[in-house]
Amino acid sequence: MSWPLFAEQCLNGLQFGLMLFLLAAGLTLIFGIMDLINLAHGSLYMLGAYLVASLAQATGSFALGLALGVAATAAIGMALEIAVLRGLYRRDHLSQVLATFALIMIANETTRALWGVQPLVLNVPAALSGSVQLFAGIRYPAFRLLIIAVGLAVALALYFLVARTRLGMLVRAGASNREMAMVMGTDIRWLFTAVFGVGAGLCALAGAMLGPLLAVQVGMGENILILAFVTVVIGGIGSIRGAFVGALLIGIVDTFGRAFIPTGLRALLSPAVADVAGPSLASISIYLLMVGVLFWKPQGLFPARG
Amino acid sequence: MNHLRRHGWLLATLAVALSLPQLAALCGQDFYVSFASRLLIWALLASSLNLLVGMGGMVSLGHAAYFGAGAYVVGILSVEAPGWSSALLVWPLAVALSALLAVVIGAVCLRTRGVYFIMITLAFAQMLFYIFTSLTPYGGDDGLSLAKRLTLPGLAMAGDATFYYVVLAIFAACLTALGRLQASRFGRVLAGIKDNEERMESLGYATFRFKLVAYIIAGALAGLAGALMANQNAFVSPNMMSWNESGIALVMVILGGLGSLWGGLAGAAAFLVLEEVLTGFTTHWQIVLGLILLAVVFFAPRGIAGLFAKQP
Amino acid sequence: MSEILLETRALRKRYGGLVATDSVSLAVHRGECHALIGPNGAGKSTLIAQLAGALVPDAGSIHFAGQNITGFSAHRRAALGFARSFQITSLLPNFTVLENLALAVQSVSGSSFRFWRAVNDETELFERAREILRSVGLEDVATRPVGSLGHGEHRQLELALALATRPQLLLLDEPMAGIGPEESERMVALIAGLKGRYTLLLVEHDMDAVFRLADRVSVLLAGRVIATGTAAEIRANGEVRRAYLGEEENA
Ligand SMILES: Nc1ncnc2c1ncn2[C@@H]1O[C@H](COP(=O)(O)OP(=O)(O)O)[C@@H](O)[C@H]1O
Ligand SMILES: [Mg+2]
Repeated sequence: MSWPLFAEQCLNGLQFGLMLFLLAAGLTLIFGIMDLINLAHGSLYMLGAYLVASLAQATGSFALGLALGVAATAAIGMALEIAVLRGLYRRDHLSQVLATFALIMIANETTRALWGVQPLVLNVPAALSGSVQLFAGIRYPAFRLLIIAVGLAVALALYFLVARTRLGMLVRAGASNREMAMVMGTDIRWLFTAVFGVGAGLCALAGAMLGPLLAVQVGMGENILILAFVTVVIGGIGSIRGAFVGALLIGIVDTFGRAFIPTGLRALLSPAVADVAGPSLASISIYLLMVGVLFWKPQGLFPARG
Repeated sequence: MNHLRRHGWLLATLAVALSLPQLAALCGQDFYVSFASRLLIWALLASSLNLLVGMGGMVSLGHAAYFGAGAYVVGILSVEAPGWSSALLVWPLAVALSALLAVVIGAVCLRTRGVYFIMITLAFAQMLFYIFTSLTPYGGDDGLSLAKRLTLPGLAMAGDATFYYVVLAIFAACLTALGRLQASRFGRVLAGIKDNEERMESLGYATFRFKLVAYIIAGALAGLAGALMANQNAFVSPNMMSWNESGIALVMVILGGLGSLWGGLAGAAAFLVLEEVLTGFTTHWQIVLGLILLAVVFFAPRGIAGLFAKQP
Repeated sequence: MSEILLETRALRKRYGGLVATDSVSLAVHRGECHALIGPNGAGKSTLIAQLAGALVPDAGSIHFAGQNITGFSAHRRAALGFARSFQITSLLPNFTVLENLALAVQSVSGSSFRFWRAVNDETELFERAREILRSVGLEDVATRPVGSLGHGEHRQLELALALATRPQLLLLDEPMAGIGPEESERMVALIAGLKGRYTLLLVEHDMDAVFRLADRVSVLLAGRVIATGTAAEIRANGEVRRAYLGEEENA
């Protein structure tokens, strides 16, 4: 394997992992603090991508569209929390699955009704459409570098938010001991709503960043939702740090799996077998990773609860 | 009185089920016969999931894996062994292989509990989904069309009405067996595990083994449903094991009534009939269906079975 | 003295920095009523859980009738003759009282991998269950759902479940936890009636009850056994008085 190819795959893995982290961060907090399985988290990602794409087109500015879209999605997320999800915190996981599954149906169909069935185009801003010379022999698309920068910046910001602020203290307390958080905060409900808003905003940000690379279309939320859940479970439910490590792990494993397993197998097996086994093995590598992690650490890598 | 009412319902259901092809013909809507077959197959899938979720407390979000596996046994055999045209051979094989798959996957998944179980069953189903998606010799993404239905001695299976009666007989047999199971020693143990697993362990029950056996039975029945669906549609595709299908099966179970014997049938009927009716009114029927499901969660948490049960 | 039925050797369990079971070596003789006392947080329930097989010790071994059973699962121990009542009530809340017991009886009456015949037709299971209910005085509530019972009745049912599996050894974790004096008195009488027929390891706080019931007593403090002896010896033991009984008197 050549060094430029290897470096490029590393960057791709990092980029994918960081975007996954944006989704998983909110999901793991909602999962950990409110004990809510929110299947509709991916719908917020889809909605965010659609809103940013439309607003970017309407305003003619990617940055403006991004800001407005993220804010709007955060607002929608909070409204959803107040209107529906709040009533699910004390329910069993099964009811949560049913209700948020219903939300997915509603979100997908509403999106179809508003935007139609054709995928939306979200263009890379012109200034970032080129590529950048990183090292000798390695050029990398500028927009992908921006994604990495945004991802790292958000991770850092979240770290400070959780480690250094009163909100973060409540969140940490809530993730490790819900009852204690209930006692500490006279009214904990605003905290849940706020966490939900932040989570929804991060979804939209990820949707906007990945939108130009993947298609903005109905159903985009579901595939990535499952990856986000895998991330959360690998990292340990409720743990931001776990989500970060898990996301990078998945980003790297998935990217490298897709890049190298098929060619690697072709060297080992007959071409006919390798051509079938390669892609399937590559696409299930992260699930194998998750099963392996759960087999040896049933609570994930960084259990938030003792 | 109550007894009478229950038998009344049973007889009415049976009468409608038996005369359905004739009723459909009377209305000139033959389409409803294959609709009813599809409904019964979904009901079988949902009932098998209900054994797991409702009776055993194991919430799986990957049950469609076995549905798809059973279907692909039929599909792949139609390519590899077109001479094996008898359902008496292929369906049991589909059941056996689905059960075998459930042994392996269940042994791993049942090491976890609660949300981890939900997620790991989902992960296994996703794996199968992607494996079949990249299995290009058998159609990959696009799926696989079957030339014709399997045969049963003395029956013209190509006819939708005949096939419907076969499905009905199989469903009735499976539901009877599930009913026996529910009231049997095994069923009581399973219910006990759902209630308090630690207590059951300390009473001397090897809970893992009981859960695994329940998981295998559920997988086998789902595989049978898949095999039937492959014949019904003359088509198999990876979508049969997508997480959306697992989700719909779970929705049917909750809609119909968790742990209730008729829950799977009631849920499948409610879901599919709603879908059928709503599509007649609007292309955006999923919004309405979603709202109805939300209403069920908040206002009828015990599902349709809860509406029939006597008030506590 | 008589044969040792249950023995632990240098048993150890830690929770993070806390050593909940600290080189505990304990011997329970066949047929005796052995009380385990100690202040809250001493590690009594943790020890019981390890004996029952619900919790895996970090080090040390557990022996039953001469056999090393350290690696045995809870259900295997139950099959050997262990039965347990939980400090925090652990029943089947959605079953009736009778069904709870029938399920316990079923566990020791042949295989439960039977899928066809209805349990309700197996009258012998329910007869045996009723017998046990009578023996603990719960026959009047037999058909009530467990969820609708009071706390005292829950404690009685805990004991009844333990008895239903034909055990040799009863691990009773504070059977009188949280019940009133009258019901306590009844429970003491009940346990007194079990003496001789079963080997008992009894965790209890009420010193009167302990000294009335126990043949021998072990005192647990911060995970360690600080003394073992007859009730009289323990009463006379200076270290125990200072560490534990004294504290009780002040309280
Ligand atoms: N699951 C657990 N995790 C961490 N610490 C525990 C756990 N269970 C018990 N402990 C601690 O172990 C010690 C012994 O607890 P326990 O055995 O319940 O005491 P006892 O039954 O004598 O009151 C206590 O300090 C308790 O806080
Ligand atoms: Mg205790």
